[in-house]
Amino acid sequence: MNELDTIAAEIIKAINALPQVQQSVTQDTNIARDLGLDSLAVMNFVMTLEDQFDVSISMDKLADIKTVRDLADAIAELKRHQTGT
Amino acid sequence: MTILDKFAHLRATYGSLQAMGQDPFSVRFDKVVSPNEAMLNGRRVILLGTNNYLGLTFDESCIASAVEAVREAGTGTTGSRIANGTYGSHAELERRLADFYGRRSAMVFTTGYQANLGILSTVAGPDDHILIDADSHASIYDGCRLGSAKVTRFRHNDPDDLARRLRRMKDLPGNKLIVVEGIYSMLGDAAPLKEFVEVKREWGGFLLVDEAHSMGVLGAKGRGLAEQVGVEADVDFIVGTFSKSLGAVGGYCVSDLPDFDVLRVACRPYMFTASLPPSVIASVTQALTRVEQDTGLRQRLAFNAHRLYHGLQREGFIVGPQPNPIVSIRLPSLETAITFWNALLESGVYLNLALPPATPDNFPLLRSSVSAAHTTEQIDQVISVFASIGRSLGVIEPEVVAAE
Repeated sequence: MNELDTIAAEIIKAINALPQVQQSVTQDTNIARDLGLDSLAVMNFVMTLEDQFDVSISMDKLADIKTVRDLADAIAELKRHQTGT
Repeated sequence: MTILDKFAHLRATYGSLQAMGQDPFSVRFDKVVSPNEAMLNGRRVILLGTNNYLGLTFDESCIASAVEAVREAGTGTTGSRIANGTYGSHAELERRLADFYGRRSAMVFTTGYQANLGILSTVAGPDDHILIDADSHASIYDGCRLGSAKVTRFRHNDPDDLARRLRRMKDLPGNKLIVVEGIYSMLGDAAPLKEFVEVKREWGGFLLVDEAHSMGVLGAKGRGLAEQVGVEADVDFIVGTFSKSLGAVGGYCVSDLPDFDVLRVACRPYMFTASLPPSVIASVTQALTRVEQDTGLRQRLAFNAHRLYHGLQREGFIVGPQPNPIVSIRLPSLETAITFWNALLESGVYLNLALPPATPDNFPLLRSSVSAAHTTEQIDQVISVFASIGRSLGVIEPEVVAAE
Protein backbone atom coordinates (compact mmCIF):
# COMPACT_ATOMS: atom_id res chain seq x y z
CA MET A 1 0.00 0.00 0.00
CA ASN A 2 1.30 3.46 -0.83
CA GLU A 3 0.89 6.36 1.58
CA LEU A 4 -2.35 7.52 -0.04
CA ASP A 5 -3.97 4.09 0.30
CA THR A 6 -2.87 3.86 3.91
CA ILE A 7 -4.46 7.22 4.70
CA ALA A 8 -7.62 6.30 2.75
CA ALA A 9 -7.88 3.03 4.68
CA GLU A 10 -7.70 4.90 7.98
CA ILE A 11 -10.34 7.37 6.80
CA ILE A 12 -12.65 4.51 5.77
CA LYS A 13 -12.14 2.91 9.17
CA ALA A 14 -13.09 6.21 10.85
CA ILE A 15 -16.16 6.59 8.62
CA ASN A 16 -17.31 3.07 9.44
CA ALA A 17 -17.15 3.99 13.12
CA LEU A 18 -19.71 6.79 12.62
CA PRO A 19 -23.11 5.77 13.97
CA GLN A 20 -24.96 7.28 10.97
CA VAL A 21 -23.09 5.20 8.40
CA GLN A 22 -24.49 1.81 7.35
CA GLN A 23 -23.31 1.33 3.77
CA SER A 24 -19.93 0.12 2.56
CA VAL A 25 -17.37 2.82 1.86
CA THR A 26 -14.70 2.98 -0.85
CA GLN A 27 -12.21 5.62 -1.96
CA ASP A 28 -14.84 6.81 -4.48
CA THR A 29 -17.56 7.33 -1.88
CA ASN A 30 -18.83 10.92 -1.84
CA ILE A 31 -18.64 11.79 1.85
CA ALA A 32 -21.57 14.20 2.11
CA ARG A 33 -23.87 12.91 -0.64
CA ASP A 34 -23.46 9.13 -0.40
CA LEU A 35 -23.28 8.95 3.40
CA GLY A 36 -26.07 11.47 4.03
CA LEU A 37 -23.93 13.53 6.43
CA ASP A 38 -24.90 17.18 6.85
CA SER A 39 -22.20 19.86 6.64
CA LEU A 40 -21.84 20.03 10.42
CA ALA A 41 -21.37 16.27 10.71
CA VAL A 42 -18.71 16.41 7.98
CA MET A 43 -16.88 19.26 9.76
CA ASN A 44 -16.97 17.40 13.08
CA PHE A 45 -15.75 14.20 11.42
CA VAL A 46 -12.87 16.08 9.77
CA MET A 47 -11.96 17.53 13.18
CA THR A 48 -11.30 14.02 14.50
CA LEU A 49 -9.21 13.22 11.40
CA GLU A 50 -7.16 16.38 11.98
CA ASP A 51 -6.19 15.05 15.39
CA GLN A 52 -5.57 11.54 14.10
CA PHE A 53 -3.18 12.74 11.36
CA ASP A 54 -1.98 15.85 13.22
CA VAL A 55 -2.79 18.17 10.34
CA SER A 56 -5.01 21.23 9.96
CA ILE A 57 -7.59 21.08 7.16
CA SER A 58 -9.01 24.58 6.65
CA MET A 59 -12.69 24.99 5.83
CA ASP A 60 -11.97 26.38 2.36
CA LYS A 61 -10.02 23.20 1.52
CA LEU A 62 -12.93 21.18 2.80
CA ALA A 63 -15.19 22.78 0.20
CA ASP A 64 -13.19 21.13 -2.61
CA ILE A 65 -13.18 17.71 -1.00
CA LYS A 66 -15.92 15.41 -2.26
CA THR A 67 -14.70 11.82 -2.07
CA VAL A 68 -12.70 9.77 0.40
CA ARG A 69 -9.83 9.88 -2.11
CA ASP A 70 -9.97 13.71 -2.25
CA LEU A 71 -9.74 13.78 1.53
CA ALA A 72 -6.83 11.33 1.59
CA ASP A 73 -5.05 13.42 -1.08
CA ALA A 74 -5.52 16.59 0.96
CA ILE A 75 -4.24 14.97 4.16
CA ALA A 76 -1.21 13.46 2.35
CA GLU A 77 -0.31 16.85 0.93
CA LEU A 78 -0.74 18.60 4.28
CA LYS A 79 1.45 15.99 5.96
CA ARG A 80 4.20 16.65 3.39
CA HIS A 81 4.04 20.38 4.14
CA GLN A 82 3.77 20.03 7.89
CA THR A 83 6.54 17.54 8.58
CA GLY A 84 8.84 18.29 11.47
CA THR A 85 6.19 20.04 13.57
CA MET B 1 -38.51 20.84 -11.33
CA THR B 2 -38.04 24.32 -9.85
CA ILE B 3 -35.03 26.14 -8.48
CA LEU B 4 -36.37 25.56 -4.96
CA ASP B 5 -36.48 21.76 -5.23
CA LYS B 6 -33.24 21.54 -3.28
CA PHE B 7 -35.16 22.55 -0.15
CA ALA B 8 -37.54 19.60 -0.29
CA HIS B 9 -36.01 18.03 2.85
CA LEU B 10 -36.41 21.33 4.77
CA ARG B 11 -40.01 21.58 3.60
CA ALA B 12 -40.64 18.06 4.89
CA THR B 13 -39.05 18.74 8.30
CA TYR B 14 -40.96 22.01 8.62
CA GLY B 15 -44.19 20.28 7.66
CA SER B 16 -43.79 17.65 10.38
CA LEU B 17 -43.18 20.42 12.91
CA GLN B 18 -46.36 22.25 11.87
CA ALA B 19 -48.33 19.03 12.14
CA MET B 20 -47.53 18.81 15.86
CA GLY B 21 -49.35 22.00 16.90
CA GLN B 22 -48.36 25.66 16.96
CA ASP B 23 -45.60 26.40 14.51
CA PRO B 24 -42.59 27.91 16.37
CA PHE B 25 -41.43 29.73 13.25
CA SER B 26 -44.66 31.60 12.70
CA VAL B 27 -45.52 32.95 16.14
CA ARG B 28 -47.12 36.37 15.56
CA PHE B 29 -47.62 38.45 18.66
CA ASP B 30 -50.82 40.53 18.52
CA LYS B 31 -49.05 43.10 20.66
CA VAL B 32 -45.92 43.20 22.78
CA VAL B 33 -47.05 45.11 25.85
CA SER B 34 -43.85 45.30 27.92
CA PRO B 35 -40.32 43.80 28.01
CA ASN B 36 -41.76 40.67 29.60
CA GLU B 37 -45.35 40.29 28.38
CA ALA B 38 -47.18 40.05 25.08
CA MET B 39 -50.61 39.22 23.72
CA LEU B 40 -50.69 36.12 21.54
CA ASN B 41 -53.92 34.91 19.94
CA GLY B 42 -55.84 37.08 22.36
CA ARG B 43 -54.08 35.73 25.46
CA ARG B 44 -51.41 37.18 27.70
CA VAL B 45 -48.06 35.34 27.65
CA ILE B 46 -44.87 35.81 29.64
CA LEU B 47 -41.97 36.55 27.27
CA LEU B 48 -39.10 34.32 28.30
CA GLY B 49 -37.16 34.10 25.06
CA THR B 50 -36.38 37.59 23.79
CA ASN B 51 -32.73 38.30 24.78
CA ASN B 52 -34.09 41.49 26.34
CA TYR B 53 -31.63 41.12 29.22
CA LEU B 54 -32.06 44.51 30.84
CA GLY B 55 -35.66 45.08 29.77
CA LEU B 56 -34.75 48.42 28.17
CA THR B 57 -37.07 48.13 25.14
CA PHE B 58 -39.76 50.03 27.06
CA ASP B 59 -37.46 52.24 29.14
CA GLU B 60 -39.09 55.69 29.31
CA SER B 61 -35.83 57.58 28.84
CA CYS B 62 -34.81 55.46 25.82
CA ILE B 63 -38.23 55.89 24.22
CA ALA B 64 -38.13 59.67 24.84
CA SER B 65 -34.69 59.90 23.17
CA ALA B 66 -35.89 57.91 20.16
CA VAL B 67 -39.07 60.00 19.79
CA GLU B 68 -37.12 63.24 19.96
CA ALA B 69 -34.64 61.97 17.35
CA VAL B 70 -37.27 60.76 14.91
CA ARG B 71 -39.00 64.17 15.10
CA GLU B 72 -35.79 66.14 14.70
CA ALA B 73 -33.85 64.00 12.21
CA GLY B 74 -36.50 61.98 10.39
CA THR B 75 -37.25 58.29 10.00
CA GLY B 76 -34.08 57.14 8.25
CA THR B 77 -30.69 58.19 6.91
CA THR B 78 -31.38 56.72 3.44
CA GLY B 79 -27.67 56.22 2.93
CA SER B 80 -24.53 54.36 3.91
CA ARG B 81 -21.97 55.41 6.50
CA ILE B 82 -19.45 56.43 3.82
CA ALA B 83 -21.96 58.55 1.89
CA ASN B 84 -24.73 60.58 3.54
CA GLY B 85 -25.45 58.15 6.39
CA THR B 86 -23.11 59.38 9.13
CA TYR B 87 -24.79 61.97 11.34
CA GLY B 88 -23.28 63.63 14.38
CA SER B 89 -25.23 61.15 16.52
CA HIS B 90 -23.58 58.13 14.84
CA ALA B 91 -20.15 59.57 15.54
CA GLU B 92 -21.15 60.43 19.11
CA LEU B 93 -22.37 56.88 19.78
CA GLU B 94 -19.06 55.53 18.48
CA ARG B 95 -17.21 57.87 20.86
CA ARG B 96 -19.43 56.75 23.74
CA LEU B 97 -18.83 53.06 22.98
CA ALA B 98 -15.07 53.57 22.75
CA ASP B 99 -15.14 55.40 26.11
CA PHE B 100 -17.35 52.72 27.69
CA TYR B 101 -14.74 50.09 26.83
CA GLY B 102 -11.78 52.44 27.44
CA ARG B 103 -10.56 51.89 23.88
CA ARG B 104 -9.30 54.07 21.09
CA SER B 105 -11.91 53.33 18.40
CA ALA B 106 -15.40 52.02 17.78
CA MET B 107 -17.30 51.27 14.60
CA VAL B 108 -21.09 51.02 14.49
CA PHE B 109 -22.74 48.57 12.09
CA THR B 110 -26.35 48.27 11.01
CA THR B 111 -26.82 44.86 12.67
CA GLY B 112 -24.80 42.65 14.98
CA TYR B 113 -24.70 40.06 12.21
CA GLN B 114 -23.06 42.60 9.91
CA ALA B 115 -20.52 43.55 12.60
CA ASN B 116 -19.19 39.98 12.60
CA LEU B 117 -19.57 39.67 8.85
CA GLY B 118 -17.65 42.90 8.31
CA ILE B 119 -14.87 42.53 10.85
CA LEU B 120 -14.05 38.86 10.21
CA SER B 121 -14.17 39.14 6.41
CA THR B 122 -11.98 42.25 6.37
CA VAL B 123 -9.46 41.98 9.21
CA ALA B 124 -8.18 38.56 8.11
CA GLY B 125 -6.79 38.46 4.56
CA PRO B 126 -5.97 35.62 2.16
CA ASP B 127 -2.69 34.76 3.94
CA ASP B 128 -4.20 34.86 7.43
CA HIS B 129 -5.85 32.17 9.56
CA ILE B 130 -9.03 32.41 11.59
CA LEU B 131 -9.54 29.91 14.40
CA ILE B 132 -13.16 29.72 15.51
CA ASP B 133 -14.96 27.83 18.25
CA ALA B 134 -16.94 24.98 16.67
CA ASP B 135 -20.16 26.25 18.33
CA SER B 136 -19.80 29.77 16.92
CA HIS B 137 -22.83 31.81 15.92
CA ALA B 138 -23.86 31.73 12.25
CA SER B 139 -22.65 35.32 11.78
CA ILE B 140 -19.11 34.19 12.67
CA TYR B 141 -19.25 31.30 10.20
CA ASP B 142 -20.68 33.61 7.53
CA GLY B 143 -18.03 36.27 8.17
CA CYS B 144 -15.39 33.60 7.62
CA ARG B 145 -17.06 32.50 4.39
CA LEU B 146 -17.30 36.03 3.05
CA GLY B 147 -13.60 36.64 3.62
CA SER B 148 -10.58 34.94 2.10
CA ALA B 149 -8.71 33.76 5.19
CA LYS B 150 -8.15 30.08 5.93
CA VAL B 151 -10.55 28.95 8.65
CA THR B 152 -10.04 26.24 11.26
CA ARG B 153 -12.51 25.14 13.93
CA PHE B 154 -11.49 24.10 17.42
CA ARG B 155 -13.57 22.12 19.90
CA HIS B 156 -16.10 24.16 21.84
CA ASN B 157 -14.65 25.98 24.86
CA ASP B 158 -11.49 23.84 24.68
CA PRO B 159 -8.28 25.90 25.07
CA ASP B 160 -6.08 22.79 24.77
CA ASP B 161 -7.66 21.96 21.43
CA LEU B 162 -7.03 25.54 20.27
CA ALA B 163 -3.39 25.21 21.37
CA ARG B 164 -3.02 21.96 19.39
CA ARG B 165 -4.35 23.64 16.26
CA LEU B 166 -2.10 26.69 16.70
CA ARG B 167 0.87 24.35 17.17
CA ARG B 168 0.06 22.60 13.89
CA MET B 169 0.07 25.90 12.03
CA LYS B 170 3.00 27.51 13.83
CA ASP B 171 5.22 27.47 10.74
CA LEU B 172 2.54 28.77 8.41
CA PRO B 173 2.87 32.42 7.39
CA GLY B 174 0.15 34.97 8.09
CA ASN B 175 -1.61 36.33 11.18
CA LYS B 176 -3.77 34.14 13.40
CA LEU B 177 -7.13 35.47 14.60
CA ILE B 178 -8.81 33.56 17.44
CA VAL B 179 -12.59 34.03 17.74
CA VAL B 180 -14.66 33.17 20.82
CA GLU B 181 -17.96 34.33 22.31
CA GLY B 182 -18.53 35.73 25.81
CA ILE B 183 -21.68 33.68 26.44
CA TYR B 184 -22.88 31.08 23.94
CA SER B 185 -26.44 31.57 22.83
CA MET B 186 -27.70 27.99 23.01
CA LEU B 187 -26.64 26.77 26.48
CA GLY B 188 -25.63 30.04 28.12
CA ASP B 189 -22.12 28.78 28.86
CA ALA B 190 -19.28 31.32 29.05
CA ALA B 191 -15.92 30.84 27.32
CA PRO B 192 -12.93 29.93 29.53
CA LEU B 193 -11.47 33.24 28.43
CA LYS B 194 -8.52 33.35 30.86
CA GLU B 195 -7.29 30.04 29.53
CA PHE B 196 -7.83 31.12 25.91
CA VAL B 197 -5.79 34.26 26.66
CA GLU B 198 -2.95 32.09 27.99
CA VAL B 199 -2.99 30.08 24.75
CA LYS B 200 -2.92 33.31 22.76
CA ARG B 201 0.05 34.54 24.81
CA GLU B 202 1.92 31.29 24.23
CA TRP B 203 1.33 30.93 20.49
CA GLY B 204 0.72 34.52 19.41
CA GLY B 205 -2.12 35.93 17.36
CA PHE B 206 -5.04 38.27 17.78
CA LEU B 207 -8.15 37.66 19.87
CA LEU B 208 -11.72 38.66 19.04
CA VAL B 209 -14.46 38.20 21.63
CA ASP B 210 -18.10 38.44 20.59
CA GLU B 211 -19.87 39.80 23.68
CA ALA B 212 -23.35 39.82 22.09
CA HIS B 213 -24.92 37.94 25.02
CA SER B 214 -22.57 39.18 27.76
CA MET B 215 -22.46 42.98 27.26
CA GLY B 216 -24.61 44.58 29.96
CA VAL B 217 -24.76 41.16 31.63
CA LEU B 218 -21.26 40.34 32.95
CA GLY B 219 -18.58 42.51 34.56
CA ALA B 220 -18.82 45.14 37.30
CA LYS B 221 -19.33 47.83 34.65
CA GLY B 222 -21.28 45.59 32.27
CA ARG B 223 -18.51 45.39 29.67
CA GLY B 224 -18.82 41.63 29.41
CA LEU B 225 -16.80 38.48 30.03
CA ALA B 226 -13.40 40.07 29.29
CA GLU B 227 -14.05 42.59 32.06
CA GLN B 228 -15.38 39.96 34.46
CA VAL B 229 -12.29 37.76 34.19
CA GLY B 230 -9.86 40.69 33.97
CA VAL B 231 -8.31 40.09 30.53
CA GLU B 232 -9.52 43.11 28.58
CA ALA B 233 -5.96 44.15 27.68
CA ASP B 234 -5.45 40.83 25.89
CA VAL B 235 -8.55 41.17 23.72
CA ASP B 236 -7.82 42.91 20.41
CA PHE B 237 -11.38 43.22 19.13
CA ILE B 238 -14.69 43.19 20.96
CA VAL B 239 -17.80 42.75 18.83
CA GLY B 240 -21.26 43.35 20.23
CA THR B 241 -24.87 44.06 19.41
CA PHE B 242 -27.49 46.69 20.22
CA SER B 243 -30.28 44.13 19.90
CA LYS B 244 -30.01 42.45 23.30
CA SER B 245 -29.06 44.40 26.44
CA LEU B 246 -29.42 47.73 24.62
CA GLY B 247 -32.92 46.92 23.40
CA ALA B 248 -32.79 48.04 19.74
CA VAL B 249 -30.89 46.81 16.67
CA GLY B 250 -27.34 47.31 15.39
CA GLY B 251 -23.80 46.12 16.04
CA TYR B 252 -20.35 47.41 16.87
CA CYS B 253 -16.70 46.60 17.14
CA VAL B 254 -14.24 48.33 19.48
CA SER B 255 -10.47 48.09 19.34
CA ASP B 256 -7.24 49.72 20.46
CA LEU B 257 -5.36 49.00 17.24
CA PRO B 258 -3.99 52.33 15.97
CA ASP B 259 -5.11 51.85 12.37
CA PHE B 260 -8.54 50.46 13.21
CA ASP B 261 -10.38 53.33 11.48
CA VAL B 262 -8.97 52.35 8.08
CA LEU B 263 -11.59 49.58 8.15
CA ARG B 264 -14.20 52.26 7.44
CA VAL B 265 -12.99 52.36 3.85
CA ALA B 266 -12.18 48.65 3.55
CA CYS B 267 -15.06 46.81 5.21
CA ARG B 268 -17.81 46.10 2.70
CA PRO B 269 -20.65 45.15 5.13
CA TYR B 270 -19.99 48.55 6.76
CA MET B 271 -19.68 50.54 3.54
CA PHE B 272 -22.44 49.16 1.36
CA THR B 273 -25.54 49.20 3.53
CA ALA B 274 -27.74 51.96 4.93
CA SER B 275 -26.75 53.26 8.36
CA LEU B 276 -28.99 52.99 11.42
CA PRO B 277 -31.87 55.49 11.65
CA PRO B 278 -31.39 58.41 14.09
CA SER B 279 -34.10 57.10 16.44
CA VAL B 280 -32.22 53.81 16.93
CA ILE B 281 -28.92 55.63 17.48
CA ALA B 282 -30.65 57.85 20.05
CA SER B 283 -32.28 55.04 22.04
CA VAL B 284 -29.06 53.00 22.01
CA THR B 285 -27.02 55.98 23.22
CA GLN B 286 -29.48 56.45 26.09
CA ALA B 287 -29.53 52.69 26.81
CA LEU B 288 -25.73 52.79 27.13
CA THR B 289 -26.14 55.56 29.71
CA ARG B 290 -28.61 53.35 31.59
CA VAL B 291 -26.11 50.46 31.55
CA GLU B 292 -23.42 52.78 32.90
CA GLN B 293 -25.54 54.35 35.62
CA ASP B 294 -27.96 51.66 36.81
CA THR B 295 -25.98 48.74 38.22
CA GLY B 296 -29.25 47.55 39.79
CA LEU B 297 -30.34 46.29 36.36
CA ARG B 298 -27.50 43.76 36.29
CA GLN B 299 -28.15 42.71 39.87
CA ARG B 300 -31.83 42.03 39.14
CA LEU B 301 -30.87 40.16 35.98
CA ALA B 302 -28.39 37.97 37.85
CA PHE B 303 -30.93 37.33 40.63
CA ASN B 304 -33.59 36.24 38.11
CA ALA B 305 -31.12 34.13 36.12
CA HIS B 306 -29.98 32.24 39.23
CA ARG B 307 -33.54 31.75 40.43
CA LEU B 308 -34.69 30.23 37.13
CA TYR B 309 -31.54 28.14 36.60
CA HIS B 310 -31.50 26.64 40.09
CA GLY B 311 -35.29 26.34 40.17
CA LEU B 312 -35.36 24.22 37.01
CA GLN B 313 -32.32 22.26 38.13
CA ARG B 314 -34.01 21.45 41.46
CA GLU B 315 -37.05 20.16 39.58
CA GLY B 316 -34.74 17.70 37.84
CA PHE B 317 -34.30 19.30 34.41
CA ILE B 318 -30.98 19.06 32.59
CA VAL B 319 -29.76 22.67 32.44
CA GLY B 320 -26.61 24.18 30.90
CA PRO B 321 -23.23 24.19 32.68
CA GLN B 322 -23.51 27.65 34.30
CA PRO B 323 -26.24 29.93 35.63
CA ASN B 324 -26.43 32.81 33.14
CA PRO B 325 -29.41 34.72 31.71
CA ILE B 326 -29.70 32.09 28.97
CA VAL B 327 -31.22 29.06 30.67
CA SER B 328 -31.76 26.06 28.42
CA ILE B 329 -33.12 22.66 29.28
CA ARG B 330 -32.20 19.62 27.24
CA LEU B 331 -34.94 17.32 26.02
CA PRO B 332 -34.60 13.71 24.94
CA SER B 333 -36.35 13.93 21.57
CA LEU B 334 -37.70 16.26 18.95
CA GLU B 335 -41.27 15.09 19.63
CA THR B 336 -41.03 15.76 23.38
CA ALA B 337 -39.45 19.16 22.74
CA ILE B 338 -42.18 20.27 20.36
CA THR B 339 -44.97 18.97 22.62
CA PHE B 340 -43.34 20.67 25.62
CA TRP B 341 -42.98 23.94 23.73
CA ASN B 342 -46.64 23.86 22.69
CA ALA B 343 -47.75 23.08 26.25
CA LEU B 344 -45.72 26.01 27.60
CA LEU B 345 -47.37 28.34 25.11
CA GLU B 346 -50.80 26.99 26.11
CA SER B 347 -49.89 27.78 29.72
CA GLY B 348 -48.87 31.33 28.87
CA VAL B 349 -45.08 31.02 28.57
CA TYR B 350 -43.26 31.91 25.36
CA LEU B 351 -39.66 30.82 24.87
CA ASN B 352 -37.43 29.51 22.07
CA LEU B 353 -37.49 26.02 20.67
CA ALA B 354 -33.96 25.29 19.45
CA LEU B 355 -33.50 22.31 17.19
CA PRO B 356 -30.51 20.39 15.84
CA PRO B 357 -28.26 21.13 13.97
CA ALA B 358 -28.34 24.59 15.61
CA THR B 359 -27.88 22.99 19.05
CA PRO B 360 -24.79 21.37 20.60
CA ASP B 361 -24.73 17.55 20.79
CA ASN B 362 -27.78 17.25 18.54
CA PHE B 363 -30.30 17.46 21.39
CA PRO B 364 -33.33 19.76 21.13
CA LEU B 365 -33.41 22.59 23.67
CA LEU B 366 -36.04 24.77 25.26
CA ARG B 367 -34.18 28.03 25.55
CA SER B 368 -35.17 30.74 28.00
CA SER B 369 -33.61 34.16 28.24
CA VAL B 370 -34.21 35.94 31.51
CA SER B 371 -34.68 39.69 31.84
CA ALA B 372 -34.08 42.16 34.66
CA ALA B 373 -37.70 43.15 33.97
CA HIS B 374 -39.14 39.78 35.05
CA THR B 375 -40.71 39.81 38.48
CA THR B 376 -39.85 37.14 41.02
CA GLU B 377 -43.49 35.98 40.78
CA GLN B 378 -43.12 35.50 37.01
CA ILE B 379 -39.94 33.45 37.42
CA ASP B 380 -41.63 31.27 40.07
CA GLN B 381 -44.73 30.88 37.91
CA VAL B 382 -42.55 29.78 34.99
CA ILE B 383 -40.73 27.20 37.14
CA SER B 384 -44.02 25.71 38.31
CA VAL B 385 -45.41 25.58 34.75
CA PHE B 386 -42.20 23.86 33.57
CA ALA B 387 -42.41 21.35 36.43
CA SER B 388 -46.03 20.43 35.83
CA ILE B 389 -45.54 19.94 32.05
CA GLY B 390 -42.23 18.15 32.65
CA ARG B 391 -43.95 15.67 34.99
CA SER B 392 -46.89 15.06 32.69
CA LEU B 393 -44.54 14.34 29.76
CA GLY B 394 -42.24 12.17 31.87
CA VAL B 395 -39.25 14.46 31.31
CA ILE B 396 -38.72 14.70 35.08
CA GLU B 397 -39.68 12.34 37.90
CA PRO B 398 -43.40 12.41 38.84
CA GLU B 399 -42.85 13.51 42.44
CA VAL B 400 -39.75 15.47 43.31
CA VAL B 401 -39.07 15.44 47.03
CA ALA B 402 -36.74 18.23 48.11
CA ALA B 403 -33.45 16.63 49.12
CA GLU B 404 -32.42 19.25 51.65
